[in-house]
Amino acid sequence: MNTKTAERRWILFFISPALVVVLIIILLPLFMSLFNSLFSWRQLIRQDFIGLENFRKVFFTEPYKTRFFNALKNNGLWFIVTMLIQNVGGLLIGYFLSRRVWAHEFYKRVIFIPVLFSIVAVGFLWGLYLSPNGLVNGFLKIVGLPQLTRAWLGDESIATFSIIFVNIWRWIGFPSLVFLAAIDNVPMDCLEAAWLDGATDRRVFFKVILPLIVPSILIITVLTIIGSLNVFEQIYTMAGLDGAPNFSTDTIGTLFYRTAFGSVDSGNPEIGIGSAIGVIIYLLTFLASVASIVVLGKKEIEL
Amino acid sequence: MISDLRLKNATPGKKILIIFVQLAFICYSLIIFYPLFNMIISSFKSTREILRFPFALPQKLDFSSYKTVWVDRGFGHFFFNSVWMTTVSMIFVLLFGSMAAYGVSRYAYRMRTAVYMLFLSGIMLPLKAAIIPLFILMKKLGFVDKPISVILIFIAMGLPSTIFILSGFMKTIPKDLEYAARIDGCNDWMIYRRIIMPVIAPAIALVTIYNAVPIWNDFFFPLVFLQNPAYKPLPLGLTNFFGQYSTDWSLLFTALTIAILPVLILYVFMAKYFIKGMTAGAVK
Repeated sequence: MNTKTAERRWILFFISPALVVVLIIILLPLFMSLFNSLFSWRQLIRQDFIGLENFRKVFFTEPYKTRFFNALKNNGLWFIVTMLIQNVGGLLIGYFLSRRVWAHEFYKRVIFIPVLFSIVAVGFLWGLYLSPNGLVNGFLKIVGLPQLTRAWLGDESIATFSIIFVNIWRWIGFPSLVFLAAIDNVPMDCLEAAWLDGATDRRVFFKVILPLIVPSILIITVLTIIGSLNVFEQIYTMAGLDGAPNFSTDTIGTLFYRTAFGSVDSGNPEIGIGSAIGVIIYLLTFLASVASIVVLGKKEIEL
Repeated sequence: MISDLRLKNATPGKKILIIFVQLAFICYSLIIFYPLFNMIISSFKSTREILRFPFALPQKLDFSSYKTVWVDRGFGHFFFNSVWMTTVSMIFVLLFGSMAAYGVSRYAYRMRTAVYMLFLSGIMLPLKAAIIPLFILMKKLGFVDKPISVILIFIAMGLPSTIFILSGFMKTIPKDLEYAARIDGCNDWMIYRRIIMPVIAPAIALVTIYNAVPIWNDFFFPLVFLQNPAYKPLPLGLTNFFGQYSTDWSLLFTALTIAILPVLILYVFMAKYFIKGMTAGAVK
């Protein structure tokens, strides 16, 4: 046996366990989703090839059309609110932590605490606090603002926002500390040069720091896209699988689950439609990630 | 690292900014702490007490609800399930992941980039979207309602990021170490086991936290695959519990405390590692 074959055997030995698992559990199901979405189904049994009929149903026929676009709108809302509040907030928090404000090490640890908790536990906890006789309304009454009390999760116009805010409470520590690490990595000579030129803090932030942390902004943006498209547990725990009240908090994730395991239309699982929605989730994730890489990648500065 | 923002020697405008920032941080810390504190004190109160005096301290430290939840409602069991399922999944994530990372970072061969990209593609793909074919696959294999279904999925979930992070570390280890070991008669497995693995031990700690936290917290896959109460992990047990006892707030807060407090205590002692580990995929 020569060394070349021996080496080949070792490589095979090292990579094949992981390769088999990834191929069977991640990549095979991806292709099966694509394949399944092109067929009609009776329960778990594949019937006839029907081309893009399932996709046509999702986009153009009731009740799927209304449900799908309603859910997609909510996912869009999740993305926008999370970007504006969580990620901009995280950037500010990261910036001030990097300026070594008093007790910054303590704040850094505190802000990251809820990141470790399961979405399910956080969702149920805040579900109790946000209920009509819960802690939040109780607090508003104590501080003399009883007119602000709401059915936070029961009012169609604010339920989605309430749930998004709970999720921001849980996750804002993540972008904060990613941005903190990025800002701490900005080379000192760049900053010193700016100060010598008499630049104000604000100018340094926008003209020096921000362009240099574009890679981190990119990662956080892509993660936010993936996260927003995958919202499920938050709705499940705080609004229920139907996206109560009246589907106002429904998302692609909950709609997908209902379609796959007990249906929108007939009460039966609809594998064809469900697979089509699954494929749409894949495509949206992929396209949105590529788009943000292209857009933000152009703004990246080489040192 | 940029200049410190401290009160000393600051201009008046800056002083206002600093005080404002401090107030904001203190308020936000309260927004994080108080809900957790209230959860813990509520677990000692009766439902009546919680609803009538939500901010009051408990009248007495009543641990009876803990016994009810932990023993009678099976949370001890759910907790144990979470522990062993996470442990088994992590053993295979670390073993297969480090082996594959070794295979793609320490050899030069034609298919190497292709194999690496194939592993990496798993990072971006949302596995939840493939739940239908996964369910059909597990059904065919006879794994539905058996822990092996979710363990296999957890392993697959953890591998791409583990390979990505570990191969990054392994690439930086000088080849000379390997040549020296080879002259001493080590084969490839011994090099992996005795040279490379000890050197990347800190990175192993990193990926352990990076993957164990999401696996411990995962709810979606147990929801789909595990109906049998004997196999339910903590998040799923918690969900069923909330469905069953939705009006008994005393027990609900106790259940939440049991789910959240152990993680919190662990974090107090290992905050630095958790922060480093959880952000490992997004920070260089």
